[in-house]
Amino acid sequence: MELILLLFTFVLAAFLGFELISKVPSQLHTPLMSGSNAISGITIVGALIASGQQDYAISKWLGLAALVLATINVVGGYYVTDRMLSMFKSKKDQ
Amino acid sequence: MPESIINVSYIVAAILFILGIKMLGSASTAVKGNRISSLGMLLAVIVTLSKSGLDYTWIVAGLVLGGMIGLVAAKRVQMTGMPELVALFNGFGGLASLLVGWSEYEKVRTEGWGVYMEKVGDAMPGQWFLALVIVLAVIIGGITFTGSIVAYLKLSGKIGGTATIFPLQKLINLLVMLGAVVAGCYFITIVDNQTAQFWLWCVIFLSLLIGVLGVIPIGGGDMPVVIALLNSFSGLGAAAAGFVITNTVLVVAGCLVGASGLILSMIMCKAMNRSLGNVLFGGFGALTSSGGKQVEGEMKALSVKDAYYVLEAAQSVVFVPGYGMAVAQAQHVVKELSEILERNGAEVRHAVHPVAGRMPGHMNVLLAEADVPYEQLCEMEEVNAIIPTVDVAIVIGANDVVNPAAIEDEESPIYGMPIINVHQARSVFVLKRGQGAGYSGIINTLFFRENCRMIYGDAKATVGSMVAQFEE
Repeated sequence: MELILLLFTFVLAAFLGFELISKVPSQLHTPLMSGSNAISGITIVGALIASGQQDYAISKWLGLAALVLATINVVGGYYVTDRMLSMFKSKKDQ
Repeated sequence: MPESIINVSYIVAAILFILGIKMLGSASTAVKGNRISSLGMLLAVIVTLSKSGLDYTWIVAGLVLGGMIGLVAAKRVQMTGMPELVALFNGFGGLASLLVGWSEYEKVRTEGWGVYMEKVGDAMPGQWFLALVIVLAVIIGGITFTGSIVAYLKLSGKIGGTATIFPLQKLINLLVMLGAVVAGCYFITIVDNQTAQFWLWCVIFLSLLIGVLGVIPIGGGDMPVVIALLNSFSGLGAAAAGFVITNTVLVVAGCLVGASGLILSMIMCKAMNRSLGNVLFGGFGALTSSGGKQVEGEMKALSVKDAYYVLEAAQSVVFVPGYGMAVAQAQHVVKELSEILERNGAEVRHAVHPVAGRMPGHMNVLLAEADVPYEQLCEMEEVNAIIPTVDVAIVIGANDVVNPAAIEDEESPIYGMPIINVHQARSVFVLKRGQGAGYSGIINTLFFRENCRMIYGDAKATVGSMVAQFEE
């Protein structure tokens, strides 16, 4: 049952994604991409669960590697997007 | 923290992501949007950490290490290095999804299927489904990882940026893909058998191979499409990992990114008037015989001094930047020159083609870094409407996006691609390093036009000496 709900969520999210992005000015393409790239680092949640296990050594180490990579993706992604956008912004204030 | 609160927090995080993406789509709210979406991420991480039974020793180490690397890399990067950094981050996200899928399999293997299935209960319709989503997470994550790494290497110039084509390429790629599917099917059908591990390794290896083989034949100018598509993949990989651990927030966030990345790649394709399939499998950049008509006339060079005289008298000037501007890091001198021209009484615009550069919106980022005023940035349609009244169009390191063959020569490989019609301007200056063709190997008929003059040399040096001429 839970699976059906999950699939349902997936389909709705796909439509939502298409609706949200379809009209974006081209100067925002790069920040949009790097910002959504940071969101795709959400896999960090899975990595946290996997790396926090008490037993299952192999599984834990794989999770830990995933955690480091996903954290780089998340932290770096958000920070670099913010840097980029602040350049756009400072210019508009002038 | 009880499971129900965790789940509600995940919903809140998902809402923050949705709001964040929506606000990223408009200039006035973009900064806030990015921060809202990062809040969502923080919330998701914090509530996950509060799950009972987690061992924190290594988690903290992992978070600190990853956070530091990400922060330093993002802080240090020059704006010109942005495309490759985004590609690299994207690859890491993909690999993380692969590892999450693999890790779950190892857990099941050590724990035994009986115990595992009992624990998840209703959430999984059967072993086959878990095996299927693990395969999906691994394949998508693996392709994203190596594909992004190859893109990173190409963008940063560590390997050649042009398309690499070898004999039987399409057949080999097809066989490798087929191999991955077959190995995946084996894994799914015999997943509770000890040999299943071997098949998973095959899937991992083959998916990594697909990423490399898939991006190698794609040439430099098609990079914006590939980067956007890989971005989409990293989202789908995360969504697949979400199915593996039956976690809604992964599914929602991953799918949002998947959809937005796909749309972005479609926009890029449309801007080149090509289909996604053609970009991915066309091996476009490797065309050696360019097709199209022979060009008559010759390329006429111009000295910086003569260019100065023309610019001095110009009433309206349009800059058309391309990847060459990024390579030469010329954005700051370009801004300087445009300021001087304005003070001299000319109307200055910067015309940005949607696929100029190596990632979507690449030129906009560079011009923003150099503080070029927002009002001076024009999109292709705007500038094409006024181009006949423009005195001088200065093309800086752009090539195919200003090639009139795209509208005039039906045999040209790029026929039908929308271009910036600089050839309609009164005069055109093309700043270029040498006489060679662009990445696509297509001869640019613009260079042979009556109203076109070539100014050879490094773009930064050339624009710099124009500035110097004005200051004298």
